[in-house]
Amino acid sequence: MSRPKIARKSTNIDMTAMCDVAFLLLSFFILTTKFKPAEAIPVTTPSSVAAKAAPDKDIVLITIDKTGRVFLSMDDEQKKEAIANTLNTTKNLGINVAAFKKAAFIGGSFSQLNSFLAIPEENRKGNALPGIPTDSTKGPNELIEWMRLVNSVYTGQKENILLKGDNLAKYPAFKSVIDAFKKNEILKFQMITNPESVPVGSALWNNNQKGEKREE
Amino acid sequence: MAEMDTSSGGGHKKGPGVKKAKKLSTRVDLTPMVDLGFLLITFFIFTTTMSQPTAMRLFLPKDADKPQDQNKAKESGAFTILLGRDNNVFYYEGILDNSNAATNFKSSNFGSGDEGIRAAILRKKASTVEKDLVIVIKPTEECTYKNVVDILDEMSVNVIKRYALVDVSDIETQLVKKTEESAPGAVK
Repeated sequence: MSRPKIARKSTNIDMTAMCDVAFLLLSFFILTTKFKPAEAIPVTTPSSVAAKAAPDKDIVLITIDKTGRVFLSMDDEQKKEAIANTLNTTKNLGINVAAFKKAAFIGGSFSQLNSFLAIPEENRKGNALPGIPTDSTKGPNELIEWMRLVNSVYTGQKENILLKGDNLAKYPAFKSVIDAFKKNEILKFQMITNPESVPVGSALWNNNQKGEKREE
Repeated sequence: MAEMDTSSGGGHKKGPGVKKAKKLSTRVDLTPMVDLGFLLITFFIFTTTMSQPTAMRLFLPKDADKPQDQNKAKESGAFTILLGRDNNVFYYEGILDNSNAATNFKSSNFGSGDEGIRAAILRKKASTVEKDLVIVIKPTEECTYKNVVDILDEMSVNVIKRYALVDVSDIETQLVKKTEESAPGAVK
């Protein structure tokens, strides 16, 4: 007696459906990706277990590059205009308000501000600029003055003070920034870091497993 | 789905001698296209998650003008961490003075081993009443921003409630320098 033959089936699979899904996902990811704009000041941030995303509105960003130079940037153009006007009246700097408004970051002392703003935007690269003087052993810590101005234009509003430091920046640069914050009673700020996973078995990991909320 | 109906309708018979045109399959192998699609998807998935930076919060204490207003830490609960150059870490418990500098002052590193600072913090945490524990972080001039962030991160990893960034004192700077110079290999 012969067994009934099993019909030989083709091993060809129709890939169209899979292809559809792949490209649907692809277009989704392409559309949602926000590419980082090319940065004038190259900074490699350290990593931390902090899980909170950095804010992207109303930011006042202080950048410390790897040689310890300090740069200041803000995203609100109206606030920048107010600062420029205040500087012009109180210090008689005579700076170009329109150029100040458009500047992505500030990287020079008050006396150099005019020549800094005269440099075309695309040529303002962090490694060729002196940065805001912060070393109090070499002169006044001008960041104190800057933070005072920032505080005054943000009166009554909440600004997000962010600090973005390079891995290799030395502690004195960080300390002079903290000093400038303290002098202006800015006691809360956030440091931009890369996300890192919580080490397995640590106290924080145990808390997270228990579903406890982290104190931020 | 990927094929089209190529058979001519009706089964119309052609005359004798008329050669049948060879039927070509319109089926396209989509496998490489799917491969490419998924490759690009993985690329975009990675780039989206990587470019999202996080923010670590830090609350600074207000500078107390008068020494008597400053917070006092119990000696038994104090744990001081010093950050030196080349990712060196030193720590001591309680008060450091000349009499106990040799035994109390220990060197450590950022590693996860038994010698590492995390193990030292955990040992201190286990042996101290929680409300007395205060970790004092003293970065020296030689250490980097990364070291400071790493040690602050260590505080949140080990759920330390009270810690403070404090300026380093002269005696500590000298001890750190001395240790780094005498045994550069041992403290790595």
